Amino acid sequence: MFDFALTGLFQVLMPNHFLVLFIGVFMGIVFGALPGLTATMGLALLVPFTFTMSPTAGLIMLAGIYVGAMYGDAIPAILINTPGTPAAIATTFDGFPLAQKGMAQHGLVAAAVASSFGSLVANIVLAAAAPPLAEISLKFGPPEYFWLGIFGLTIISTLSSGSPIKGFLAGSIGMILSAVGMAELGGDIRLTFGFPELQGGIELIVALIGFFCLPEILSSVIGQRRTAYAEKIVKPSLGVLREVITSLFKRPVLMLRSAAIGTVVGFAPGAGGNIASMVSYNEACRWDKHPEEFGKGTIKGVAASEAANSAMAPGSLIPLLTLGIPGSPPAAVILGALMLHGMRPGAELFTDYADITYSFIMALLVAAFLVTIIGSFGSFVFSRIINIPSRYLAPAIVFMTVLGSYAIRNNMLDVWIMFIFGIIGYVSNKLKFHPAPIVLGLILGPFVEEGLVQSMLAGKAAGGTFTYMVYRPISGVLILLCLMSLLWPIFAALRAKPKKAGVVNKSASEGKEGRDESR
Amino acid sequence: MKRFMTFSLMFFLALLLAVPAIAGYPEKPITYQIPFGPGGQSDLEARRQQPLLEATLGVKVLVQYKPGGGGSIGWATLIKQKPNGYFISGINIPHIVLQPLARGNAGYTTEQLKPIALFQATPIGLAVLKDSPFQTINDLIEYAKKNPDAVVCGGSGTWSGHHIAHLQFSKMAGIKMTYIPSKGAAKSVAAFLGGHVKALWANSNDLVLHADKIRVLGFGTKEPFPNMPDVPTFKSLGFELYASIDRGAGAPPETPDEVIQVLEKAFLDIANNPDVKAQMKKDGFVPIALGAAESKAYIAEKVTEWAPVVKEFKK
Repeated sequence: MFDFALTGLFQVLMPNHFLVLFIGVFMGIVFGALPGLTATMGLALLVPFTFTMSPTAGLIMLAGIYVGAMYGDAIPAILINTPGTPAAIATTFDGFPLAQKGMAQHGLVAAAVASSFGSLVANIVLAAAAPPLAEISLKFGPPEYFWLGIFGLTIISTLSSGSPIKGFLAGSIGMILSAVGMAELGGDIRLTFGFPELQGGIELIVALIGFFCLPEILSSVIGQRRTAYAEKIVKPSLGVLREVITSLFKRPVLMLRSAAIGTVVGFAPGAGGNIASMVSYNEACRWDKHPEEFGKGTIKGVAASEAANSAMAPGSLIPLLTLGIPGSPPAAVILGALMLHGMRPGAELFTDYADITYSFIMALLVAAFLVTIIGSFGSFVFSRIINIPSRYLAPAIVFMTVLGSYAIRNNMLDVWIMFIFGIIGYVSNKLKFHPAPIVLGLILGPFVEEGLVQSMLAGKAAGGTFTYMVYRPISGVLILLCLMSLLWPIFAALRAKPKKAGVVNKSASEGKEGRDESR
Repeated sequence: MKRFMTFSLMFFLALLLAVPAIAGYPEKPITYQIPFGPGGQSDLEARRQQPLLEATLGVKVLVQYKPGGGGSIGWATLIKQKPNGYFISGINIPHIVLQPLARGNAGYTTEQLKPIALFQATPIGLAVLKDSPFQTINDLIEYAKKNPDAVVCGGSGTWSGHHIAHLQFSKMAGIKMTYIPSKGAAKSVAAFLGGHVKALWANSNDLVLHADKIRVLGFGTKEPFPNMPDVPTFKSLGFELYASIDRGAGAPPETPDEVIQVLEKAFLDIANNPDVKAQMKKDGFVPIALGAAESKAYIAEKVTEWAPVVKEFKK
């Protein structure tokens, strides 16, 4: 295996392949950065071009696009509070406040470095242990998906610290919105009020643009007449680069944990990066010594989200390359490309086509380094975007939001839905409802529903729904995690009490003990 | 004489108007809509056709995705387009037949979609894992008779090709089984390989892809499926079950027949291209080449076959 990896690396570093990879990464960043254009679309558009290339060059390019897009989505998330893809939602939580403080470059560099690190870890796992991990991924059945979804929903309690009731209310609204349209499982038509146009349901990206991006633009122009989009002007410098990188390397636990979460969620087929970054952000916040910094602009939050969603990409390729089951929509396009080049996923990819397969894996790895380089130097340019005066920037962003909402499904209705959500988002921001729980409900609603419906059908056939859903090893672990996550606020409150009394040092050591106990 | 003059003038004018509209077709880019997201089988097929279509027709062909509602959003869009041949769409059977039957208002009716050609079929088969106790379809039927509802079959979607095949087969065999729908074929295959369902309704390309881990008990084809010639057809086992996902292209209603003919020829040329056929066969698809009239007849046949099934099982 090791010699294959080495030849793969040589293949990737050949000038022509390296150029192709560079172009791929660059295009991936562009596709990731523009809301409404997704990694999946970028890959699908380029598949026909790869016909004319050798399979190796073609796959290297696709690898570049995939990795590039996983970083690119962080750029608008940080600068204008709009995740380029749903996987970057958690990046907005701290990225945008950073940009508002005039620290956009910090966020961008943290995203690039964390993205690369996440990819790196997940790629090593992919190259070293893909087949056994793929077997484990198959153990995820309907009950496991149900509990994973429920675990995701418990994050709401972190997202809405202050008022859990508001958070869960918003989460429920999100889940109701997710039910609009054709139920993919049951085939019923729900909540369309007789309009066949609504059978397609509410597209996640449209909701994201509406809830995250538009309210910020509205509040920057209504009443305030601010001249700049951010409160402070960004002054990019090389010092920032060094500062961010060293501060991230001082937190190996945070980085490794985020990368591990991304890899694991990625290789469970169908879970996807949206959940990976949320779970990772939540854990980062939970285990940090200063959880109060999260949500107000810390590079730790950006790094946790980006490391996880970038680790998800190679993670989702594990079931694809070994079993032929794509773990994410972009992986499905890569499957198509493999088939069109005459390669069939499964054992023969690692034997007959090992040279091409390892070139692909190595391309993912090298692409991760390219992301650091392009991202770090690009941060000087990108971060200046928000220095553009509001009177030019705001209309430009509104134009992009309309274009992006339309492009995702070529549907004008989506643009109107985006505007309606934007206004709702603006009003609810004023009422101190954070949009994140709504979007979390929208993402996890279908996920939980799928797991529940399938579990109930299978459980009925097996003779008992409850036993079918609970008495399974992975289910058991997930149920425990759910309970821990739900009870955490109580534990955290107990932990915080001595701090208020002024014994700072003692509380820090207690925190450490508490952490060890839960392990 | 005056009347003759008027008639000939009218005839001439009509010619003038009609000729550029038809003889010149196509003279600008054609939009080829895929009513699903990028990366699906319909997309891959369109991407394979795109350069070949451009070569035959001499104009650009733009592939545009319009996913949603299992395809219904795209087809509802198609019927509202100008019937001039510059907007066509992929069509999938059984989707375009079953959606209007099962939903009441799907935003379009089957008859509104004017077929151009059908070029690819993926027969549906019923499979079990290699280590399953069911060696033949009769083993499965016997077990299901003794244990009603205990055989759990996976498949993609409800009121889909897999679901309707499941219902038809259960009825023909006189058994009761449980059907668990998944969101898409990839997820149902994962659930199957992981042992979360006992049997799987799946498309031939997925069955070919995972051939080394599974045993196919039967195919819904008239002739044995070429990639797996030893697998019996349901017909040879005594069940009149023909199940398949067929892909093709269609145009808005009222599209002139002259335009349809141009497109039909372009699509059929590709469908009959030996390289395309060889590649399809290798990946587990069955290349077909049905023209506009044949496709229309085939779709009508499916409507009469499935309407009573949907009526019976939809409460």
